[in-house]
Amino acid sequence: MDEIFGIPTPLLFGQLLLGLINGAFYAMLSLGLAVIFGLLNIINFTHGAQFMMGAFVAWMLLNYLGIGYWWALILSPLLVGLTGVILERTMICQLYKMDHLYGMLLTFGLSLILEGVFRNQYGSSGMPYRIPPELSGAWDLGFMFMPVYRGWVVVFALFACITTWLVIEKTRLGAYLRAATENAPLVQAFGVNVPRMITLTYGAGVALAALAGVLAAPIYSVNPQMGTNLIIVVFAVVVIGGMGSILGSVLTGFGLGIVEGLTKVFYPEASATVIFIIMVIVLLARPAGLFGRA
Amino acid sequence: MSLSRRNILAGAAATGALPLSLARAQAANTIRIGVMTDMSGTYRDNTGPTSVAAAREAAAEFGASHGFRVEVIEADHQNRPDVGVNLARQWYDQGMDLILDVPTSSVGLAVSGVAREKNKSYICVGSATADMTGAQCSPNTIHWAYDTFMLARSTGGATVRAGGDTWFFITADYAFGHALERDTANFVRSAGGRILGQVRTPFPGTTDFSAFLLQAQASRAKVIGFANAGADTQNCVKQAAEFGLTRRGIKLASLLLFVNDVHGMGLQVAQGLVCTESFYWDMNDKTRAWTERMLRRVPTNYPNMIHAGCYSGALHFLKTVAAMGVPAAKASGLDVVNRMKAQPSDDDLFGKATIRADGRRLIPSYLFEVKTPAESTKPWDYYKLLQTTAAEEAFRPIGEGGCSLVRS
Repeated sequence: MDEIFGIPTPLLFGQLLLGLINGAFYAMLSLGLAVIFGLLNIINFTHGAQFMMGAFVAWMLLNYLGIGYWWALILSPLLVGLTGVILERTMICQLYKMDHLYGMLLTFGLSLILEGVFRNQYGSSGMPYRIPPELSGAWDLGFMFMPVYRGWVVVFALFACITTWLVIEKTRLGAYLRAATENAPLVQAFGVNVPRMITLTYGAGVALAALAGVLAAPIYSVNPQMGTNLIIVVFAVVVIGGMGSILGSVLTGFGLGIVEGLTKVFYPEASATVIFIIMVIVLLARPAGLFGRA
Repeated sequence: MSLSRRNILAGAAATGALPLSLARAQAANTIRIGVMTDMSGTYRDNTGPTSVAAAREAAAEFGASHGFRVEVIEADHQNRPDVGVNLARQWYDQGMDLILDVPTSSVGLAVSGVAREKNKSYICVGSATADMTGAQCSPNTIHWAYDTFMLARSTGGATVRAGGDTWFFITADYAFGHALERDTANFVRSAGGRILGQVRTPFPGTTDFSAFLLQAQASRAKVIGFANAGADTQNCVKQAAEFGLTRRGIKLASLLLFVNDVHGMGLQVAQGLVCTESFYWDMNDKTRAWTERMLRRVPTNYPNMIHAGCYSGALHFLKTVAAMGVPAAKASGLDVVNRMKAQPSDDDLFGKATIRADGRRLIPSYLFEVKTPAESTKPWDYYKLLQTTAAEEAFRPIGEGGCSLVRS
């Protein structure tokens, strides 16, 4: 069989694979958002800017200090995560007792400031960042050319998602986290330092965004808008998956990447909107999201 | 004079009115140029602050010896037609004499309409669509530095001549992309080539083009034409290399590429691409000297044809205003534009150039090839010249655009 719905099979397989790769980015970003929302009850609009910062820090490490991709994969999330910790300690912690709206306003404003600062400093054309030599090249799969680097992104993103999920669901630390989400004063009464745990969780969520940023740097142009373009889709992914649901955000991220990829074959003009159409349908049918608890 | 209440009140009123009447006299003697551009989006480096700096450079060089002041004002239209139209109305109503630049064709066309309605002048530099001097031409608008037809003829024509006779387009889904695709497709067809398909990508907001590139590859076209600009083109070229399209012998035609895009991609990725501009900073001593002056204003971004166009357009406008007098220039934008058309523009960057009745300014276009990293010997040393198209040949013949200003 050469065609499915009038589309050549090799093209369809290619799009499925590409959807999976984009889904990897959605999954990693929405995972960070879900973790932060689950524990801090903050909708972190700065996430896109932090993703962009991850890519920029990787670029800076290479161009100012000569530190390459592999170290950037560790250092950039740590550095950006640290800025997240400072942000949480100085600003976000003031807002826990207030309405969600204040958190949204603060993080949205911060993201505008961060993007503005980077735009002012580096312009909007973007910076070149090369694929590391170990991961350059491509495999010929017959139906398409599969760049080695994209394969690496999928594998690494899956690894990061599964690790995060295991830490939260299967370890003692994760149990504390989940308990603190349900009833923070009680957990604190048992001698657990809940505020520090919250700070570190925010830092970890931000580090996940930065990690995705480093992964994205060699594929997309490293520019101040790179986060803005992705983050709205990622929010839709989190809403569809169910706010705060970790497994939901990962599965939805990959799933919607594939749906978007297929839309690009059948009706490309709608590829930017298909995720929002799904979001509307899901919200009408299951307001808590596909994996959320009502 | 006794110190009565009436005298004090009259005195106070007179002191208050003094700066006001002074301000009015100044406003009547100030020519205002509004640079409406993309200060925060994807076209910022291709237009943006460097366009503003170019207009300021023109105003500074023009000098204050002509009996009137020149003020350059800037604003960000965010690439949105609604923002652009509102701003243009507000600006013209408040006494703006010229709107300059306006990248993003959908916004540029909308601003052209407002200029006509308000009888003001508009020099379009940043927008590319050839409809600006075609079906949607306006007596108040001059299209200054380039258009989609020029790009299609130069880059498209050269690619077909080099054997690329089957095409697939990846097109930004708005006025500019459509115009560029249409003009290039016409060229390909008239040269005996075939269009095998096209895909329209949402603008703005598309970052991953791999799916579209794969469709282009599946069409078995020899050439993929990118009818987009800025970060979109950069991502397309980068991802085409990543997916091995170029290694399979598929040619990439980046139909609108600026020197700033090449800088953003890096020579490693961009080398070998061909592109068309009507200006390059390293062409001769005059362009190099001007670029040096510009770099004092914007140190990190070298000027491209849009920035050169903003400088040259502002300068020609100011010379025209000086020739006809400020009151006459303020009275009618149409008269200013007609005067600008009547005399050729002349500056260091483009030399002498005539402006046609439909508003099209005629200048040569240059086909460049992006250098390899080994060939590049200094900062921003990116292009080598392949071919020059003469001013008379570079643009669509005046009778073919369907402009109502042209008597057939």
